[in-house]
Amino acid sequence: MIALEDVTKRYDSLTAVDGVSFEVPSGEVCVLIGPSGCGKTTTLRMINRLIEPTSGRIVIDGRDVMGIRPEELRRHIGYVIQSVGLFPHLTVAENVATVPKLLGWERSRYSPRVLELLEIVGLDADEYAKKYPRQLSGGQAQRVGVARALAADPPLLLMDEPFGAVDPLTRERLQAEFARIQRELGKTVVFVTHDVDEAIRLADRIALMRDGRLEQYDTPEALLDHPASKFVHDFMGADRALKRLGRARVADVMTSDVLSTTDGTGGVSRESCKEARFFYLTDDEGTLEGWVDCHVLDAGTSPEEAGTLVDWREAAVQPDTTLKEALSRMLGLGFRNVAVVDERGRLLGEVSLSAIERTMAEGDAHIANLPEGEILGVPPEEGVPPEARAQLDEGVQPEEGEVTT
Amino acid sequence: MSEPRRAAPILAALAGAVLFAWVVSQQEIWARVLAEVFPRAARPVYPGATIAELTIEHLRLVGISSGLTLMVGVPLGVWVTRPSGADFREVVATAVDFGQTFPPVAVLALMVPILGFGLWPAVVALFLYGMFPVVSNTVAGLEAVPRAAIDAARGMGMGRARILLSVEIPLAVSVIMAGVRTSVVINIGTATVAAAVGAGGLGDPIIGGINVQNMAYVLQGAVAAAMLAVVADSLLASAERLLTPRGLEA
Repeated sequence: MIALEDVTKRYDSLTAVDGVSFEVPSGEVCVLIGPSGCGKTTTLRMINRLIEPTSGRIVIDGRDVMGIRPEELRRHIGYVIQSVGLFPHLTVAENVATVPKLLGWERSRYSPRVLELLEIVGLDADEYAKKYPRQLSGGQAQRVGVARALAADPPLLLMDEPFGAVDPLTRERLQAEFARIQRELGKTVVFVTHDVDEAIRLADRIALMRDGRLEQYDTPEALLDHPASKFVHDFMGADRALKRLGRARVADVMTSDVLSTTDGTGGVSRESCKEARFFYLTDDEGTLEGWVDCHVLDAGTSPEEAGTLVDWREAAVQPDTTLKEALSRMLGLGFRNVAVVDERGRLLGEVSLSAIERTMAEGDAHIANLPEGEILGVPPEEGVPPEARAQLDEGVQPEEGEVTT
Repeated sequence: MSEPRRAAPILAALAGAVLFAWVVSQQEIWARVLAEVFPRAARPVYPGATIAELTIEHLRLVGISSGLTLMVGVPLGVWVTRPSGADFREVVATAVDFGQTFPPVAVLALMVPILGFGLWPAVVALFLYGMFPVVSNTVAGLEAVPRAAIDAARGMGMGRARILLSVEIPLAVSVIMAGVRTSVVINIGTATVAAAVGAGGLGDPIIGGINVQNMAYVLQGAVAAAMLAVVADSLLASAERLLTPRGLEA
């Protein structure tokens, strides 16, 4: 567990961090978020003493960090930064071995560990261990950066906008991988970002900062549903229902009850479709190759004509995909269902729009049950008239005459 | 990144050095060639010392002065890029700049009353003259080290000394070595002037030749010094290549 107690950092006239207190329970991901200059990075860097606090205490597992020699402290805290900071003169394997070497590990101990870590972050160890950083793409470099931070198996990980410098597609993949690694390893993580969607997706708790102060510290659901101020409400954004979908994964709502055949369109008929929308076509390994649209079949078209061959990388989602991304994929394909495959393209099931709608409805029901006025927790005189805001944000129609401005 | 690519230029440089040593040791060949070029000269070869002896003297002078330049210049460049020396950076930059713009001949003249004739005034003049490329390249090389690599190194628990030795220096070494190479090559040429204060070396036949109006003497000193500079340049280029970490090779 890590606890910040009234931590303050002053530079001459500027107060970068002002009396911030919060606790991160072991094994949880705490995301620090806020606009530029809000003090989130300063807060992060005080945890491993890259910046010394002016006042206040930071306690990790009961020990005040000020009582630990900075180098010693840092060797037991993983550190990942946006610009990665791989050592260009060392190979990938040597980069990953940095902290184990500092800790005096024997080669026989760190060598297998390095290869294991590369596999954990999704890089083929044989291929990448001997490469140099300049031979890596941005996404690969950041994977190595994460492997390097995890090398000595530190219980605590500090990540400063780790996925901020890669393209959106790579970021989405790195986030999914990070979520998977975190589920496996259960580290305590303090993670800085300015991307609300990233925060909602990865955080167990979000610490929203503004001008050096902590505005609200709570679960993503609580920040979305009960913002403590107009600032929090505005920062989290208006598309809250959609944002909530960024927290749920396809694995949570998918069904594995789907029809599929390895015999091509020959194995499909109107009768065999039953109630389903799609009859999936796979190869002998189970890899998704296409589908037959049962609605088209109903209209009297032959199975060959109703069949579509697809590349699973574009037409399917994976269990780790967020529901937000799955919804976006459905809208793009123009269907109410989308196939779910594993990382090698093997059909696992499908996710339907109605299942996603149910997830959204659960969140909405929770909000709709709140007493009037507490919906936003925002003074009505600020900004948008409350009835308009209520409509925009909640899709709730206020009863006529009840709301006055 | 293959071995042959690294090895070929290094072997060529070593071969050049051996060839140069052989040429310098062949006093007879010099005599015959110079007699051909200057048929009317009574004595085409400098009589004071053999070319080999002059070259060794020259190397000693360059070795001492460049050695001092390196031993002072690199640490000085490192120091002004540390927090403790940052305040002195402008002063040091101005001083080494001045060291190079101040004519070495004038330094020689000023040093003689203090140090007398011989090797030492020449060492002082060459030491000052060669500082600029070493210090400025050391600073430039260290400045070019990616900030992110240093931040990551600190964040992983490396101390200042370890960051300098295992991150900054390896990343800056090729730029630093390029400065050393420039400094040494300039030094080999400039050291011929040192003969004016009795420091000896390949400047002896040049200055002696000017005094007695024997261009054959001037030519042999100049050719030997030029060849030495080329050999030193290619040897140092090889050293630069050897010291450059593989991950940084283009």
